[in-house]
Amino acid sequence: MISHSHQIPTWVTNNTRVLDLGCGNGDLLAQLVNSHQIDALGLELDPEKIAKCLDQGISVIQQDLNSGLSNFNDQQFDTVIMTQTLQAIRRPDLVMSEMLRVGREAIVTFPNFAYIRNRMQLGLSGHMPVNPQLPNPWYDTPNIHLSTFHDFEELCRTLTIQILDRDTSNLSGKRTWLGKVWPNLFGEVAVYRLTKEA
Amino acid sequence: MTNSVGIVIPELVAFETPLDLERGGSLPRYDLMVESYGTLNANKSNAVLVCHALSGDHHAAGYHEAESDKPGWWDHYIGPGKCIDTDLFFVISLNNLGGCAGSTGPLSINPATGRVYGPDFPEITVRDWVHTQARLADYMGIEIFAAIVGGSLGGMQALQWSITYPDRLAAAVVIAAAPRLTAQNIAFNEVARQAIMRDPNFFDGNYANHDVIPASGLGLARMVGHITYLSDIAMGKKFGRNLPRRDRDADGVNFAVEQYLRYQGQQFSGRFDANTYILMTRALDYFDPTVDGLSTLPDVLKSTICKFLVLSFTTDWRFSPSRSEEIVDALIQAGKQVSYARLESAHGHDAFLLPDAPYERIFKAFMSRIHHDLREVQ
Repeated sequence: MISHSHQIPTWVTNNTRVLDLGCGNGDLLAQLVNSHQIDALGLELDPEKIAKCLDQGISVIQQDLNSGLSNFNDQQFDTVIMTQTLQAIRRPDLVMSEMLRVGREAIVTFPNFAYIRNRMQLGLSGHMPVNPQLPNPWYDTPNIHLSTFHDFEELCRTLTIQILDRDTSNLSGKRTWLGKVWPNLFGEVAVYRLTKEA
Repeated sequence: MTNSVGIVIPELVAFETPLDLERGGSLPRYDLMVESYGTLNANKSNAVLVCHALSGDHHAAGYHEAESDKPGWWDHYIGPGKCIDTDLFFVISLNNLGGCAGSTGPLSINPATGRVYGPDFPEITVRDWVHTQARLADYMGIEIFAAIVGGSLGGMQALQWSITYPDRLAAAVVIAAAPRLTAQNIAFNEVARQAIMRDPNFFDGNYANHDVIPASGLGLARMVGHITYLSDIAMGKKFGRNLPRRDRDADGVNFAVEQYLRYQGQQFSGRFDANTYILMTRALDYFDPTVDGLSTLPDVLKSTICKFLVLSFTTDWRFSPSRSEEIVDALIQAGKQVSYARLESAHGHDAFLLPDAPYERIFKAFMSRIHHDLREVQ
């Protein structure tokens, strides 16, 4: 279980509308409802996780992110969050564009494939990394679109998405000073706050 | 009878104030047959209204007799510890106006003529039902329902409630429903109606005066309807190409599925009124919260205040998941609090009545939270 990056709450404004793509049990949204009185909505595929959202009073829609967000209006949300899900999506570029169509800002986190442990495993042993961050073998993994800080920022440029903030955290959601200095090498989780360039 | 509400006694509630009807005409007075389960709390905030579907009635949970093995139509979902938990909620279920299970309907005596209404019973709409249900709530002293819940045509009533009386419900649960019928839906209803009307015993709806019932037409209507309630998978699993059962009437029957449909048709024509069936299917056909497309669904839903739970079932082809998603999308567009699940099921439209672990888990989670919010308000 990867904890949510500590930066996320600091990037959300009180009493705003927040959409969480792949919201899981709704823990992050429930936390933001408590701390920021947000108007929360989650999208999730798994029925048991949907029930857990409802247990804590979080509204949730069963929806596959791969089918897009066409049921949402332009700029319907203040913030659209997607944590640790980008790498599991068929077309990350399309979802990113959609996030900033339906939301004013987006918060995206994903496992940094260029993290030193991954580099070591691939570079030294010649195997696809399998570790707490990426626990699945290559042939049976939801993580089909792994990327790095560099790759992600290149995509943002292509999509004319403006990076408002960039941060890193480890799997417990904490920032490490090495990650702050050399994110692409020592950042385990990439954390971005984005908006669409005017 | 564990987890059952036990023996229930229906109550006939009389309404002596005239009721003007949406599609013209009025009723000088009417009765509604009502059942309730659980206990209404001191500030009357824990009431849940259960709305029935096409052929349902007030008997939603428990038993009418001690020896009976036939519980109410939604007994699996209403009772102590169940999704609609009668330890927490006071649950009201009624036979809708125009029904044939005790409420005023085509089988009732028309006070103007002293004879059975029959085909002269006025057309009833979902809005009319919602108004009569609101009057029932007034009679019971219930200002705001904790939730209004229904499947299929019942779900449409819950949806209409949220629009017509937005401040009188905290939550609406809309299961296996649609925002309005498609041409195909209406077509199936029309085949059912034609089956009834072409029965020589129908007598333009005046069969009661001839002391007969259009049993074969009504049975045929039910057979057609029944096919649309089941999925191809469910029928295949249950009957496949099996031959008829020998221990039952198999006269002129080639396959088990034929035997089953005939049995269902017979059972139904023995308990249901043909004019009511026509009335209920017309109510379905005319249901349209957008008032015949004069408005859009998101627009009419703008005035709603309650939380919504919308549920659909993957193999339901009478009201498929995409129909429920029209409701969900409209609620999202209108900026409302809505939750939605598209439940995996092999049972088609009937799935909303049947046991299913994920369905129960999600439904119960939502209802428990409604009760939780109730306590916070107090």
